[in-house]
Amino acid sequence: MVKLIFNYLVFPGFLFSAVIGLLACWLERKVSARLQWRVGPPWYQNFADIIKLTGKEIIVPSTMRRTFLLAPYLGLLGLVLATTILGGAARLSLGGFTGDLIVVIYLFIMPAISLIIGASASGNPLASVGASREMKLVLAYELPLILSIITVIIKAAGAIRLEQIVFYQVSYGSFIFSFSGAIAFVVALICIQAKIGLAPFDISEAEQELMAGVLIEYSGLPLAIYKLNKAILLYALPLFLTILFLAKDLSPLFIIGKFLLIWLVIFLIKNTNPRLRIDQAMRFFWGPVTLLAIAGVILAILGK
Amino acid sequence: MDLKTKALTKSIWVFHVSAGSCNNCDIEILDCFTPRFDVERFGIQLIGSVRHADALLITGAMNRKAVPRMKEIYRQAPKPCIVVACGICALSQHMFRDSYNVREPLDKILPVDVYIPGCPPKPEAIISGIIKALDKLKENNNHGHKKQD
Repeated sequence: MVKLIFNYLVFPGFLFSAVIGLLACWLERKVSARLQWRVGPPWYQNFADIIKLTGKEIIVPSTMRRTFLLAPYLGLLGLVLATTILGGAARLSLGGFTGDLIVVIYLFIMPAISLIIGASASGNPLASVGASREMKLVLAYELPLILSIITVIIKAAGAIRLEQIVFYQVSYGSFIFSFSGAIAFVVALICIQAKIGLAPFDISEAEQELMAGVLIEYSGLPLAIYKLNKAILLYALPLFLTILFLAKDLSPLFIIGKFLLIWLVIFLIKNTNPRLRIDQAMRFFWGPVTLLAIAGVILAILGK
Repeated sequence: MDLKTKALTKSIWVFHVSAGSCNNCDIEILDCFTPRFDVERFGIQLIGSVRHADALLITGAMNRKAVPRMKEIYRQAPKPCIVVACGICALSQHMFRDSYNVREPLDKILPVDVYIPGCPPKPEAIISGIIKALDKLKENNNHGHKKQD
């Protein structure tokens, strides 16, 4: 029991993932800055942001006070549970609860749902536009993401438990080195770009048109929790991809290398693409990306 | 100086308000974020929503239409929030002093912490003004004195 709580709160759970995620956020800002010939912020920048936000005044709209304040924690709780399960699958020695893929898929929708609930409760028109965009984006990217996960399940001979998927890859090689696996990896990479909410899919936060979109009414601690959610997503989703597609060698050094690779690709996509409109994003996800994912599934069934 | 104030001085999020300026100060403010000056090195960011703001950077002579909106924006900002008057118009109304639609300068309306003179102020001047604002924040905290609204 103590071990479970420790796992949830400290090692692969909350504290560890928050620290890694905030460092990843810094990496994102630093890479963006270097690409624009700037120097960029120091490494502790995102920690300073979070600590600063906890000391600010919390302003709450007069409508729906409780929902507004509780919504960020909903996303954080689900997300930390997901990182705990994923960390447990990546380091099997940790033991404890090992969940399956379906739990993780559901838990990863929690941050988006918490954003939608919080934005709707704030009663700001710009936030409600942001919430409706976030909802459409979730509908758009979940379909190809789940198709690419189905590809993995077919390749792993029907295993849906995370540690079975890892074991299968340890014995037979990573899934990315097959046609269907490579296609599913590309699809999943595009989908996690939208899940984290980086450009070109930062449609719900659209700083130029919606100011801060879904986060517009949040200040102080709840805003810090949302920033933390985003940071943890930036750690948890690459870990998810690593477990699904690149799990041949999960020693710490290799994991760091794989993380850096995935982060670099995500940040480069972020810095080289302008934001899409929501209708363009939906057409993109339900058109070419879904077709690609279906092709991956068919190839996996054929055994390629 | 406690941890939160220390963090605040390392991460200032600026909300830029134009109260009827001629756009010249605004261009210089944007200059601070270009590769040449790059204030993101110090954790300073321009943000879109006033709810996230640590500093209000106000440019322009305060015309009659702008005054109630400016008060509203200051009310909406979470405290502690510093107010920076940027450009000679915001300081002393400049050439609009006796104009029919400009009544009083900014510091009669809001508690201004830092004044940045210039028409327009150079990006260096704006950065040095922000640094002065940080010093003021530290000082306020050291004396245990809370700024009045």
